[in-house]
Amino acid sequence: MVRNVLDIKSLEVTYGKVEALKGLELTVGDKEIVALLGNNGAGKSTTVSAISGVVRSRAGTVTAYGEDITAATPWSIVERGIVHVPEGRRIFSRLTVHENLQLGGYTVREGTLVDKRITRVYEHFPRLAERRHQQGGTLSGGEQQMLAIGRAMVAGPRLIMLDEPSMGLAPLVVAQVMDAIVSINQSGTAVLLIEQNARAALKIAHRGYVIDSGRVTLTGPAAELRADPQVVEAYLGA
Amino acid sequence: MNHLQLVLSGLFVGSFYALVALGYSMVYGIIKLLNFAHGDLYMLGAFAGFIVLSVGAGALGGGFIALIAIMIVAMIATGGFGMLLERVAYRPLRSAPRLSVLITAVGASFALEYGIAVGFGPTPEVYPIGVQDGTLHIANAQITYAQLAMMAIAVTLMVALDTIVRKTRSGRAMRAISQDPKACLLMGVNVDRVISRTFFIGSALAGAAGVMAGAYYGKIDFLMGFIIGLKAFTAAVIGGIGNLRGAVLGAIVLGLLESFGGAYLGSEWRDVFAFCFLILFLTVRPTGLLGERVTERV
Repeated sequence: MVRNVLDIKSLEVTYGKVEALKGLELTVGDKEIVALLGNNGAGKSTTVSAISGVVRSRAGTVTAYGEDITAATPWSIVERGIVHVPEGRRIFSRLTVHENLQLGGYTVREGTLVDKRITRVYEHFPRLAERRHQQGGTLSGGEQQMLAIGRAMVAGPRLIMLDEPSMGLAPLVVAQVMDAIVSINQSGTAVLLIEQNARAALKIAHRGYVIDSGRVTLTGPAAELRADPQVVEAYLGA
Repeated sequence: MNHLQLVLSGLFVGSFYALVALGYSMVYGIIKLLNFAHGDLYMLGAFAGFIVLSVGAGALGGGFIALIAIMIVAMIATGGFGMLLERVAYRPLRSAPRLSVLITAVGASFALEYGIAVGFGPTPEVYPIGVQDGTLHIANAQITYAQLAMMAIAVTLMVALDTIVRKTRSGRAMRAISQDPKACLLMGVNVDRVISRTFFIGSALAGAAGVMAGAYYGKIDFLMGFIIGLKAFTAAVIGGIGNLRGAVLGAIVLGLLESFGGAYLGSEWRDVFAFCFLILFLTVRPTGLLGERVTERV
């Protein structure tokens, strides 16, 4: 039996009295790109935050490679190779680009492995190499997104979860970010991609989920979702 | 007026203010808490050294080796206590309003002060360390070798700290947490552990300063940390709170200001002088001498 990278069963999360997730079901298979779509407040960010352990769930289970990680600490989840690139990138603005990348490898014990992965990130994103000694806060939005993705790659993820990576970026830059995601996936990392930009996300995803008010309302292969009248109307425009 | 002498004493006092101010600034930087109990950790360090001296006075003998041994023990004890304080008093309030933690810190300060007063009595203890051997004369000023040795230790500790914070994995995590603790969780940083470590280091430095103060002034008491805590805060503000090099700079500036101010205005004005500078900086330049220099693009 091929184990799924990620299995989420009836996940419930509440913020005070507000129910953000009401029994969410989601899986990510090996080497898959899965798009998670939905309107603002549908529960997309809550879903990834619950997976990465920064938000606690009230009920339900999160399983990674058959191992229950529902109650695991955020750092032990990163150690398991599940890395969350947060919304708004959250670059350490007063640390240099290089230090940001080093911090991405915090859970990696061997320093040489961290250096090797950082070198690979620089090959992938030459702009970051040029700016390695600059403070993170001085980068442009697109560069910061590259840095956020590169930083996550230094952890050596098996699953990378990206929360709105195209937010606030020019169309050309969005295309670059999507290309980067595809190439990360081709090197064997599974991807869970949250996007407002459903068109861009469904172009590269294998499967997709549409969630609304904390529940999955629609799921299927990306090609089917792209053609689904409901999706077209709600997320892809006419 | 012997200016060189004033400079020397200013630098000496400044160097142990710096050790205390560093911890103050580190803790503020990482959890944005003004740890009012920090000065009392310095007092605790002095008492830890005192216990070692009383118990092992004969075995240790006098001299610098003894001083260093005592400092190490005091640093470990104080560092450990600082960690415990964070674990017991501050961590449970991590997500509570800032004011609750601040009040807890004031409470912790009183608990430490009067705890020691109960244990050792309220009268000052004579610090039984005898490193008054030899004095270095420079022109018409003088400084004892003991003071020089203590300054050298202080400088060594500061350089070590600076290296840790700038170059190591732990130090990087400390700086990152001071900017965005939540993002640090996503990097896999065990934030609790790094905060513990920060308290250990900051408190250990205060402990070292406590021993230095005991050896320098010759006596210690349970309230000795109160005023130094405020002075360290002043130094940290002068330098730019949260900025470690700023804390050292602020402490040295404060030491010199006090030394000169005390000489010209009378030593009873020393503290008035120091705190006037605190008020001056808070009103005119709240970011301190080395306040944020970074431009951030949004």
